[in-house]
Amino acid sequence: MSRNVKSGLIWAFVGIMLAVMYIPIIILIIYSFTGAKALGVWSGFSFELYADLFTNESIIEAFKNSIVLAFVSSLLATILGTTAAVGIFYMRKWKKTSANFIANITMENAEIVTGVTFMMFFLVLRMPYGWVTLIIAHTMITTPYVILSVTPKLSQLNPNLYEAGLDLGASPIKSMFTVIVPQLIPGMLSGFVMAFALSFDDFIVSKFVNGSVETIPVYLYNALAKRGVDPTLRALSSIMFVAVLAVLIALNVVSARRKKVVVK
Amino acid sequence: MNNDSAVVAAQPIEPQKKRKIRGIKRSAFALPYLALSIVFVIVPLFIMLYYAFTDGVTGSFTGENFVHFFSRPNIMAVMGKSFLVALLTTVFCLLLAYPLALALSSSALNKKFIIVMLFVLPMWINSLLRTYAVKIVLYMLDITNAWVAVTIGMVYDFFPFMLLPLYSVVSGMDKSLIEASQDLGASPLKTLVKVRIPLSLPGIISGVLMVFMPTVSTFAISDVLGDTSTYMFGNIINQWFANSGGWNIGSAYSFLLLILIAATVLLANKLTKGKTEIGGVL
Repeated sequence: MSRNVKSGLIWAFVGIMLAVMYIPIIILIIYSFTGAKALGVWSGFSFELYADLFTNESIIEAFKNSIVLAFVSSLLATILGTTAAVGIFYMRKWKKTSANFIANITMENAEIVTGVTFMMFFLVLRMPYGWVTLIIAHTMITTPYVILSVTPKLSQLNPNLYEAGLDLGASPIKSMFTVIVPQLIPGMLSGFVMAFALSFDDFIVSKFVNGSVETIPVYLYNALAKRGVDPTLRALSSIMFVAVLAVLIALNVVSARRKKVVVK
Repeated sequence: MNNDSAVVAAQPIEPQKKRKIRGIKRSAFALPYLALSIVFVIVPLFIMLYYAFTDGVTGSFTGENFVHFFSRPNIMAVMGKSFLVALLTTVFCLLLAYPLALALSSSALNKKFIIVMLFVLPMWINSLLRTYAVKIVLYMLDITNAWVAVTIGMVYDFFPFMLLPLYSVVSGMDKSLIEASQDLGASPLKTLVKVRIPLSLPGIISGVLMVFMPTVSTFAISDVLGDTSTYMFGNIINQWFANSGGWNIGSAYSFLLLILIAATVLLANKLTKGKTEIGGVL
């Protein structure tokens, strides 16, 4: 087989796989521009579904809830995760192993099991399900990912800087915040973004502890699995697809460019 | 703290004394998170364990909740089917993702970052949305069999999780080993079986793990694409927790799932000697 034929076949295979991956998404987006109630029916071009979407009180409410929840919990997760990463980094032997084990529990565990343990725990504590339980649950499940993104930055630190801070008279807390933290900011930022995305995306854990607070994924789940499919979801899904893809492509292109600059 | 100083004294090689200046050791910064984890993650697991081993009505200690599982043929059947679907999903994902990983890292594509990224991006899109997109396509293709629909949905949803570890191990492979195999006269097939696949084993294992366990424990895909006949193990747990009387049995089931996950994680760590390939793109 000549080189050209071979590389043509490889391109064809990759192209087909890519098409299979994105065609469902594209079809969904196309059908979001028609008002038909049933799936796969085209009843003429219209922005009807988008108009419905932006006047749907419960979707707007759910969107606000999702943003507030993701922001608060990922902020808390960034603080907790960064301090935890610093602490665990300087631990040794069994302490490090057990701390890492603890941080891994929610990452390795099935989300449904994490969800039901939170649900039972809050019931035993007689804590009403709602904002507080959602924030606690989301903070706990996203913190390990902040630890994961901060730890590599720690290994690049100059170990003497913290002690230099102490020797120059800073308290350990001050030395931590003025010497170590500024160097960890890139890791903290990517941890924050990751925590935000995971929190914004979560519906399994949320669904068990949300009480009456509905987030976008919980709304989606209820709408898809229980309420029977509402055509407005096509518009909502399309917006979410495009928003997520745009943000991710932008982030990746920026970081790829930066890497290239560093290499040069 | 006293124990710590004993450890410090026992290790004269490390400049450990310096790390306990003015009362606070740097490792103490982990304490808030670890304390919260014990309260909000570990204690709840023990509460689940307590529920799993007690009777919902009398509150007395019992193993009845586990007997419940092992004495119900229909629930065992659901468990069996969940594993079958998970196995099929894993096999399909592997069969599609491995050639793709090879193609993506071949010289024809020259490791084009943007294409790899396009395959991995859907990972960050809510799985409910992707499942909904599949639902529309299945509807248009007139695929009505619930099992087929659920399996296709699973493969579609979990495919990126298989591709990512495979791609990172295949693209990082030492090319000279493959060239050596070819120079020594092995056919492309033989090179694949004897060189490429054994070298990709860590990626294969983590890909299998990242697809298999989530498939068993998911409930949303079956809720959206299937019906009660396609219940996965996660659906059963979800059902038991939907009414407050089922929490003891639900806990027992969750506990079984937890053990299963722990076992697979341990097995994978052993097989790959802790070198699971999860990093890479994104």
